[in-house]
Amino acid sequence: MKVLVPVKRVLDFNVKVRVKSDESGVDLANVKMSMNPFDEISVEQAVRLQEAGTATETIAVSIGPEKCAETIRTSLAMGIDRGIHINTDAEVEPLAVAKILKAIVEEEKPDLVILGKQAIDDDSNQTGQMLAALLGWPQATFANSVEKNGDSLTVGREVDGGIQTIKVTLPAVITVDLRLNEPRYASLPNIMKAKRKPIDAKTTDDYGVDISPRLTTVKVAEPAGRTAGVKVEDAAELVAKLKSEGVI
Amino acid sequence: MAVLVVAEHDNETLKDATHKTVTAALAIAKDMGCDVDILVAGKDVKDVAAKAAKIAGVRKVLACDHVSLKRQLAEAMQEVIVPLMDGYDAVLAPDTTTGKNFMPRIAAVLDVMQISSISGVESNDTFVRPIYAGNAMATVKSSDDKKVITVRPTAFTPAEEGGSASVETIADPATPTTSEFVSEELSKSDRPELTAAKIVISGGRGMGSGENFAIIEKVADKLGAAVGASRAAVDAGYVPNDYQVGQTGKVVAPELYIAVGISGAIQHLAGMKDSKIIVAINKDEDAPICQIADYGWVADLFNAVPELEAELAKAGY
Ligand SMILES: Cc1cc2nc3c(=O)[nH]c(=O)nc-3n(C[C@H](O)[C@H](O)[C@H](O)COP(=O)(O)OP(=O)(O)OC[C@H]3O[C@@H](n4cnc5c(N)ncnc54)[C@H](O)[C@@H]3O)c2cc1C
Ligand SMILES: Nc1ncnc2c1ncn2[C@@H]1O[C@H](COP(=O)(O)O)[C@@H](O)[C@H]1O
Repeated sequence: MKVLVPVKRVLDFNVKVRVKSDESGVDLANVKMSMNPFDEISVEQAVRLQEAGTATETIAVSIGPEKCAETIRTSLAMGIDRGIHINTDAEVEPLAVAKILKAIVEEEKPDLVILGKQAIDDDSNQTGQMLAALLGWPQATFANSVEKNGDSLTVGREVDGGIQTIKVTLPAVITVDLRLNEPRYASLPNIMKAKRKPIDAKTTDDYGVDISPRLTTVKVAEPAGRTAGVKVEDAAELVAKLKSEGVI
Repeated sequence: MAVLVVAEHDNETLKDATHKTVTAALAIAKDMGCDVDILVAGKDVKDVAAKAAKIAGVRKVLACDHVSLKRQLAEAMQEVIVPLMDGYDAVLAPDTTTGKNFMPRIAAVLDVMQISSISGVESNDTFVRPIYAGNAMATVKSSDDKKVITVRPTAFTPAEEGGSASVETIADPATPTTSEFVSEELSKSDRPELTAAKIVISGGRGMGSGENFAIIEKVADKLGAAVGASRAAVDAGYVPNDYQVGQTGKVVAPELYIAVGISGAIQHLAGMKDSKIIVAINKDEDAPICQIADYGWVADLFNAVPELEAELAKAGY
């Protein structure tokens, strides 16, 4: 089974988000960028499938600027076999990402694509579902367990009410949730080894996909702030305050 | 044309998230001078459809009753919604795990960009949505002919009851065969649903164990509150995954949110900072949660929470 893993380079989850004063966006100059945390979980899952002998080849794909090659390199150090980098400085929306991924799927013919459930910058939660629809493939989103039986996968999904288990026939798209696995740290020897693994450099033109945006950002503003209130000393004081607020 | 809302339900009850989504849909429809319809897709949904017909401001309810829709899996929902879209300018669904699952498929097939988790409607093509875990609010304008939108229910008031829409049954959809429901393990609880509760009390890593959540549950029972948790508490196995509040869990905005042993990472705040009153019980005065709480109680939770319960008992709760 061949597995494709799309990985996105995003603002590191620990970095404090600063909205630009002209409200044109979020300040990304000179801040730490990392692999989307959900994509680390997808990479880990792909590598585990390969270690278990279920996957025969694993490929990471990233769409974005020059530096995305570093993100791919991180996945190679975690154990992915090779990378494809679609180099573009344009802002590529999930729909366009899904279209490019579809073109790559048609070229590479993987049996499984594993994506993160959500990129923590745009919080869109849609690329995997879109890719599945474009390919006419089944999807198993928000996965917290994945098991292969013959030509299908049994996937436990984190849903609002608890866990739902579904079976999808391959080829399929999975999007992963936080508790599927704990991603490994790349060891030094593996980081060295990853330097020799191939990354194919491509452009959006190579796939003939129209990536012009459908959404225009009118502005990006600070959310309404909250300020610290008062300290209470004991339960009696707290209950009295909550009563006077009318919330209990 | 018109605006379509996909109802959130479990074949038995119509969820309040539907009413809130209708409010967003009505704002869009008003700007376009058109009507709002509701689609109820499921199995044995007669009662749910009748309920939906009572939402004020709705023109008609489309009921699709088919065995393939019992679990509202994404592939089956696509078969129902896509053919309907010839007659609609926009389709909206709440951003629950059900809506998040099927809506992007509709968008992809229609070749439009989905606008995810909107928290505001500026006009029929311009919407406000949180990005970066709610640390920034983006206003985006869509150039697509048809709009596919998921709605953050906590940001909208529920549409009122009192309508009398007609109910129309629509033809059976094609049945996709590529994905199949196996089983479901739903958390059972007599407490209110997390996203619908007026009061939420959540525990974090500070709780130390699942057993220790009992002290929180006692307070919850006194107040009729729902119980939530931070990711750390869920990851540690103290409570099930559906308790998680935050950027990647549930978004809640109750009248009162009590955070117990939770530090207040931005990913957690993303799920609860729109609550009316926030109380933090934390032994660390410098925990970020204390910077945004209306009432901070710096104390050991193992003393504070039972004390709170006793005080509530004394006050007749
Ligand atoms: C991609 C991504 C998505 C995420 N999504 C979410 C999400 O949706 N929701 C979420 O919650 N988190 C999420 N997180 C995790 C988040 O970053 C934090 O790690 C998490 O919220 C921390 O949980 P916590 O506050 O319970 O634990 P900690 O940060 O460890 O805080 C424990 C707190 O308990 C206090 N405490 C300990 N003992 C006591 C005691 N006896 N009495 C009183 N106080 C005590 C401590 O002072 C401390 O403040 C996400 C992270 C990532 C990377
Ligand atoms: N530019 C990109 N390059 C590679 N993968 C991406 C890109 N954008 C999104 N993805 C994948 O799609 C997932 C969901 O992203 P989103 O739909 O934007 O929330 C991410 O976790 C990635 O796996």
